[in-house]
Amino acid sequence: MTGIEPIIHYLKTYRGKPLTLMEVCGTHTSAIMKNGIREHLSPQIRLVSGPGCPVCVTPAAYIDHAARFALMENHVLVTFGDMMKVPGKTGDLYEARSRGGRIKMIYSPLSLLDLARENPDTTFVMAAVGFETTAPVYAMLVKKARQMGLKNIKLLLAVKTILPAMEAILQEGTVDGFICPGHVSAILGASAYEPLQKRYNKPFTVVGFEGPQLLTAIYDLVQQLERGTSGVHNLYPSVVEKDGNKKAQALIDEVFAPCDAWWRGLGLIKGSGLRLRDAFSDFNALDEEIQEDEAVISGCRCTDVITGRINPEECPLFGKACTPTSPKGACMVSSEGACGIWYGTGRSRQ
Amino acid sequence: MCVALPGLVCAIDGDTALVDFRGNKVKVNLGLVDARVGDYVLVHAGMAIEVMKKDSAQELMDIFEELEAEVYDRD
Amino acid sequence: MKINMTHGSGGQATSELIRDVFAKRLGNSFLSRMEDAAVLPLDAKKERLAYTTDSFVVTPLIFKGGDIGRLAVCGTVNDLLAMGAKPLALTAGFIIEEGMDTQVLERIVDSMAKALKEAGARIVAADTKVIEGRGGLYINTSGIGYVYEGASLGADMLKPGDGLIVSGTLGDHHACILSHRMEIDNDIASDVAPLNAMVEALITQGIRIRAMRDITRGGLATILNELCEASGVSALIDHKAVPIRESVRGLCGILGLDPLYMGNEGKMLMAVHPEDVQKALAIIKNSPYGQDAALIGQVKEGKGVYVTTDTGSLRTLPVLYGEGLPRIC
Repeated sequence: MTGIEPIIHYLKTYRGKPLTLMEVCGTHTSAIMKNGIREHLSPQIRLVSGPGCPVCVTPAAYIDHAARFALMENHVLVTFGDMMKVPGKTGDLYEARSRGGRIKMIYSPLSLLDLARENPDTTFVMAAVGFETTAPVYAMLVKKARQMGLKNIKLLLAVKTILPAMEAILQEGTVDGFICPGHVSAILGASAYEPLQKRYNKPFTVVGFEGPQLLTAIYDLVQQLERGTSGVHNLYPSVVEKDGNKKAQALIDEVFAPCDAWWRGLGLIKGSGLRLRDAFSDFNALDEEIQEDEAVISGCRCTDVITGRINPEECPLFGKACTPTSPKGACMVSSEGACGIWYGTGRSRQ
Repeated sequence: MCVALPGLVCAIDGDTALVDFRGNKVKVNLGLVDARVGDYVLVHAGMAIEVMKKDSAQELMDIFEELEAEVYDRD
Repeated sequence: MKINMTHGSGGQATSELIRDVFAKRLGNSFLSRMEDAAVLPLDAKKERLAYTTDSFVVTPLIFKGGDIGRLAVCGTVNDLLAMGAKPLALTAGFIIEEGMDTQVLERIVDSMAKALKEAGARIVAADTKVIEGRGGLYINTSGIGYVYEGASLGADMLKPGDGLIVSGTLGDHHACILSHRMEIDNDIASDVAPLNAMVEALITQGIRIRAMRDITRGGLATILNELCEASGVSALIDHKAVPIRESVRGLCGILGLDPLYMGNEGKMLMAVHPEDVQKALAIIKNSPYGQDAALIGQVKEGKGVYVTTDTGSLRTLPVLYGEGLPRIC
């Protein structure tokens, strides 16, 4: 076996029992699409997108708060581009901007330090979404802001942690194995998945973002399932170590503490969010927690899509009431959400 | 969920590095890694999260070797 | 000197602005008459007139490789060329926000004059208005040109077997603007350029072009989908053949973008009769701004646009949803 062809052949001709494999990383969703991975899989191997896009799982109420800050006098909302199209109850951030909201798009949260320093009369509110890869960046921002004595930086927090969500999905019993997020794993370490792997006896494979690697990871998972073994395998050793990035973990722990969090499409998951510790609580944009009280639209089956129970086209709203230009639920809000991707590639599997 | 890219550390000033991504020079915070000029670092949102240990081509070959060994074991 | 509302009142200040900034640089036998309309002689030998309009609202106004003025001329000229028309005359309406510095305006108009000369066209009518604001500028244009004899281009003319050619590297303009906005340091310049020499060479040398499109907003993917849908055909693109600058790839990697969805301002996508493909490529590569031209794929029977992948499979290439903004996710 020297090239990828034997792996492709194996996956294409697999006739074992039907398997559902899940990835939980928006960048994986995108890489899988860009590399045409699904074309190589036999119909017995179902690859689903889980709740790995922090933008998609952000509650509607969060967007409303963000819009409010954008429209507040002497405030600027700072955000990544992904957030602009996510619908809140009163519209999305594009609409807030058209009503006069001040919104700045950035590549790195650390650029708030210069912004805040140069504009002392403006409060910069960071729409702080992400998982464990981005958490240390926010933590560094807060620490440096403290060192520099900056008082006009605030975080509107919606940072989530992936392991509790993976556990919630495992409890549904819908998934046979996980493709673990490459860059979150760089922070957490491959060993972070061991407790879940042992408790639920399913295989977990960490992998990067290139086509051949992704196919190899799927091959690895299917092999383990065929043999009835399960373990945590690391196929991204150039970046992911067993114990992860200790400095990053320590920094996250210094600034943040776990808390409960609302996931659009999944509801409340205990211990799946991060909140600022008391020593840094003055960086909070909001005093209260963001509650998600948005009623799920009748017919919307986001929860079943996100947990891998059904494919997007099995939702009655898919492609009809719910499209990328008028998304009704978490799965469609971003082009990386399960339904966004499915719609964009115009596919339906046989 | 994490757009990140490897880049070459060109210069270091305190805990900030100038990192080159195929001709794009970006200021990157090195607070989470021990990197030297000449290292490749994986950068997410302006922060280096890892020093790359080997390139992906080599990595793929190594993975195949490991898997090959496993498959032959089983057979 | 800063522009203020008196420059828009139609009085002395307006005349001076028009004379000193615009007429001085753009003057020609039509524009310099300062009449209410330009009266152009018709060429009775020509059968078809192409007519286009566009508006330009880019910020920053000046960027690596160009400015809003050059963009206005080239964008209009290229739209005419895409229909197989030789650019003849343009109009330009300038909406200037007070606070605009006349030196900046002069620089922009100089740039327009240069682009017009290169494109072989003239601005025959123009207008200026001044509004409240903070030094911004918006330009609206229209353009006319006679369609070259024998040229019959249309989005619905693609046939299975046609070769798909792009005249150069993709994503440059969008990457340049984003680099400015996101303050990322690189040498990516906008590719804004008039493609008249290239198109004239192709048409006059008998290349059978089915359709041409300026690869602007939405990028190659969007344009290709439009053409395929109009013609009722499919397209297959070889991802390895698509020319993209290394630095643009790098920027896309940093910001989570796809160059196939990023706009250009000096690149054409062409569907060409299969027998003319090699000759067309040679002509384009010998033309200004065409040195990186490449054959990137083929038109096929069926529906939809497909691209090869690194794993040997195909993926569909849908139209752009959303704005194509920098991503974290």
